[in-house]
Amino acid sequence: MSNSQMTPRRAAGIAAGRLSADQLAENFDDLHAPYAPHEAAVAADRCYFCYDAPCVTACPTDIDIPLFIRQIQTGTPEAAAKTILTQNILGGMCARVCPTETLCEQVCVREVSEGKPVEIGRLQRHATDTLMEAGVHPFTRAKPTGKKVAVIGAGPAGLACAHRLAMHGHEVSLYDAAPKPGGLNEFGIAAYKSTDDFAAREVNWLMQIGGITLHSGKALGRDLEISSLQKEYDAVFLGLGLGGVSALRAAGEDRGGVEDAVSFIADLRQASDLATLPVGRHVVVIGGGMTAVDAAVQSKLLGAEHVTIAYRRDRAAMSASRYEQDLAASHGVNILFNAQPVAVHGNGAATEVEFEYTATQNDTLTGTGETTRIKADQVFKAIGQTLEDAPDGLKIEQGKIAVMGAGRTSQKGTWAGGDCATGGDDLTVTAVAEGRDAAQDIHTTLMG
Amino acid sequence: MADLTSTFVGIKSPNPFWLASAPPTDKEYNVRRAFEAGWGGVVWKTLGSEGPPVVNVNGPRYGAIYGADRRLLGLNNIELITDRPLQQNLREIKAVKRDYPDRAMVVSLMVPCEEEAWKAILPVVEDTGADGIELNFGCPHGMSERGMGAAVGQVPEYIEMVARWCKQNTRMPVIVKLTPNITDIRKPAEAAKRGGADAVSLINTINSITSVNLDTMSPEPSIDGKGSHGGYCGPAVKPIALSMVSEIARHADTAGLPISGIGGVTTWRDAAEFMSLGCGNVQVCTAVMTYGFKIVSEMISGLSDWMDEKGHTSTADFVGQAVPNVTDWQYLNLNYVAKAKINQDSCISCGRCYAACEDTSHQAISMSPGRTFEVIDAECVACNLCVDVCPVEDCISMEQMAPGEIDPRSGKLVEKDYANWTTHPNNPGAVAAE
Ligand SMILES: Cc1cc2nc3c(=O)[nH]c(=O)nc-3n(C[C@H](O)[C@H](O)[C@H](O)COP(=O)(O)OP(=O)(O)OC[C@H]3O[C@@H](n4cnc5c(N)ncnc54)[C@H](O)[C@@H]3O)c2cc1C
Ligand SMILES: Cc1cc2nc3c(=O)[nH]c(=O)nc-3n(C[C@H](O)[C@H](O)[C@H](O)COP(=O)(O)O)c2cc1C
Ligand code: SF4
Ligand code: SF4
Ligand code: SF4
Repeated sequence: MSNSQMTPRRAAGIAAGRLSADQLAENFDDLHAPYAPHEAAVAADRCYFCYDAPCVTACPTDIDIPLFIRQIQTGTPEAAAKTILTQNILGGMCARVCPTETLCEQVCVREVSEGKPVEIGRLQRHATDTLMEAGVHPFTRAKPTGKKVAVIGAGPAGLACAHRLAMHGHEVSLYDAAPKPGGLNEFGIAAYKSTDDFAAREVNWLMQIGGITLHSGKALGRDLEISSLQKEYDAVFLGLGLGGVSALRAAGEDRGGVEDAVSFIADLRQASDLATLPVGRHVVVIGGGMTAVDAAVQSKLLGAEHVTIAYRRDRAAMSASRYEQDLAASHGVNILFNAQPVAVHGNGAATEVEFEYTATQNDTLTGTGETTRIKADQVFKAIGQTLEDAPDGLKIEQGKIAVMGAGRTSQKGTWAGGDCATGGDDLTVTAVAEGRDAAQDIHTTLMG
Repeated sequence: MADLTSTFVGIKSPNPFWLASAPPTDKEYNVRRAFEAGWGGVVWKTLGSEGPPVVNVNGPRYGAIYGADRRLLGLNNIELITDRPLQQNLREIKAVKRDYPDRAMVVSLMVPCEEEAWKAILPVVEDTGADGIELNFGCPHGMSERGMGAAVGQVPEYIEMVARWCKQNTRMPVIVKLTPNITDIRKPAEAAKRGGADAVSLINTINSITSVNLDTMSPEPSIDGKGSHGGYCGPAVKPIALSMVSEIARHADTAGLPISGIGGVTTWRDAAEFMSLGCGNVQVCTAVMTYGFKIVSEMISGLSDWMDEKGHTSTADFVGQAVPNVTDWQYLNLNYVAKAKINQDSCISCGRCYAACEDTSHQAISMSPGRTFEVIDAECVACNLCVDVCPVEDCISMEQMAPGEIDPRSGKLVEKDYANWTTHPNNPGAVAAE
């Protein structure tokens, strides 16, 4: 049997098994392979150990980057890992998913001067992987305080908060609506950024601190009430993320094949065999963020023949970094700028998406009247997530839970952080920083 | 292309690049290939007296110090003189010299400190047609325990005596190789000269332990859990070698004595520096042990291009050119005032200069919002530390203040006349200025 028969690459519509198992395994391998020890040494040698280093300022969790790189350079990657994890307990995941090109590496003096930054992310991974492979959890709990805190949402924000609280000796109940902890680390991050079940391994590693009781499958609003939690616990932290999906507001949005990009990625992340995961031959992704890029690239890696990202503004306005855009382009994804969807055409199932070109005039985006149609048997919506399940009574600003200082909500005794709360970019590392800082604030408040 | 031919104590070679007495020159196979690669001459690996050869350890002989990317900066060895039979070495030397008459063939020797021993070996070496001999008074390990090598090199009287025996018993030019493991390098050089030596070569290797294995607590290189000090060489020793060379070149009693420069020579530039401090030629060991014989091509092209650029037609034009500029600290011009200046266009804002000056020097660099680093002239003593730690070449420069300006640090006028410590009012032993 020829390969093309075994793997129906160009099957029409949305079909599974476009690529062979080997091809799929290769496609979804680590985006950035881990360093070999010598590579790490060479990479570490490039760091200048800057004074008051700009990379540290750019890191939302304030990791002492020059210090941890020097620790790698002197042959103590475990000490480096401890430096990282003290600030950022999900330093392993952040090393894999942080858009370093817009954070630490963007301002690294070597990026600014020669366009080639110290590879901080990969070095961070080298350190944290070394420690985690050794099975070491370098933190211990303070003696019990007798205080109880409920953390809702086991995504990066909730996990970071829970760990820091546990470290301070508090008793943490960690609730999550999903069957598995990790939040978007488990269900959202592109598969080639978190290989070998890293998200789950990291959570297990984190839980070694002790003092955290995980309750999966428990949703706030369905199984839990905020008012009773507030009574039962000394403090409540909300790390709900953004569970809803923005609507397209284009005709034909309900046609077959029009799907939510985040659910597609979640299915992909949870698939035990990628060959069973259906993908269109012609895929159109609508949106301009990381989710759009991830959905497009992973469609391509699953074997979609043509993949287009359509974004309604220009390149500069795109929230996916230039690096992410280039990553998409290098995988053969076509990016169409200044095009907004007006209709999904088809007969039951989608066959085409119609776009109207746009232009920005006086800061407002307007359609030019000119349209184009792109073939599509699968259409992914990636135009942003929205807050769901926010408890009544909490002040909401711009669609998020309003917080002041280190995550204090409008209700005393309730904190929030991560994507569901105002302030900061919607990034894993920001969620970690906010969860950690809220925990710190909860601790000071409770121990006052 | 400039003329690189060199004549050192009457020995001609097509270029001033010789291989030092060491493993690269330990046998015919190596030396033939070195000559094919373009080396101007060799000093054959040190020969001992007739009889059973010495034995080397059978474990590791070398240890190393690295810079970034495992670039070898320093090498340490516990190897002895040749461990091959004397007659075999002599046969090979003769064969190679016959086939490469235009290359320098010097033979390194180390025999017991008795005239008979030297009388025995000199004629057999002469027989090979070799151009000269080098007396190895430098080897710091193994041989010195047997009363040879550094054990002789550390006693000027012995050097003088052995040099004299050699001069009396051979027609070949005699080069005395000096050990750096002493306090004042001028003393053995003077002794060599008194004994009639034609030249000195330096440095041999420096006593060293490269590292300690923190698991086994053994010095490296470790032989069965024990280590002994070895000889240090390679790029790391160049500054020490340059200083010793300059001491001999400018010392009244030894000035003019031909010097063959050794110690960390790795590039054409190193060679030019040694020669500018008075060396007629250079010898190389660690660099070839690291990169192979081929590096001589770079040395030849680099030196030749530089000579063309400077208008030198022969190496003699620049040998010793820098010697008059080596002086004692007390004669340095204290009226020379400089200030560090940061070129803001090339500064990458790493802040290293700031950390260095603020934490360890004179608090003479300011850091402003936006990571702008500037020198505060009123504090800068022009120590050069910031220049040395700045990762960007030529980003910080030392700029001389013009005479007549006021130094904002001292509040004093910058004098145009030279004045040094010997006449300085703070010097209790100052002599009145004329
Ligand atoms: C497709 C995609 C790709 C991304 N890629 C990157 C990337 O490469 N790099 C990067 O830095 N960021 C990336 N992000 C953003 C990043 O994943 C988020 O910013 C981060 O996960 C936010 O963490 P969080 O803890 O606030 O929320 P989440 O990770 O969303 O976690 C929220 C948790 O709360 C639980 N929850 C929600 N509602 C309830 C409820 N009512 N009761 C109980 N539990 C509830 C959810 O089940 C979930 O486990 C990506 C996001 C998406 C969608
Ligand atoms: C492994 C090794 C063996 C050496 N053996 C000798 C020797 O037998 N006789 C000698 O005069 N010098 C010997 N040397 C010293 C070198 O000739 C040379 O003086 C020294 O290495 C400094 O030069 P470099 O920095 O170019 O290596 C040896 C050096 C090394 C590394
Ligand atoms: S900015 Fe770059 S060079 Fe400087 S400390 Fe950070 S990583 Fe190192
Ligand atoms: S030369 Fe010395 S004193 Fe002056 S700025 Fe540089 S480090 Fe500071
Ligand atoms: S060390 Fe050099 S590059 Fe760094 S801040 Fe100072 S002047 Fe600028």
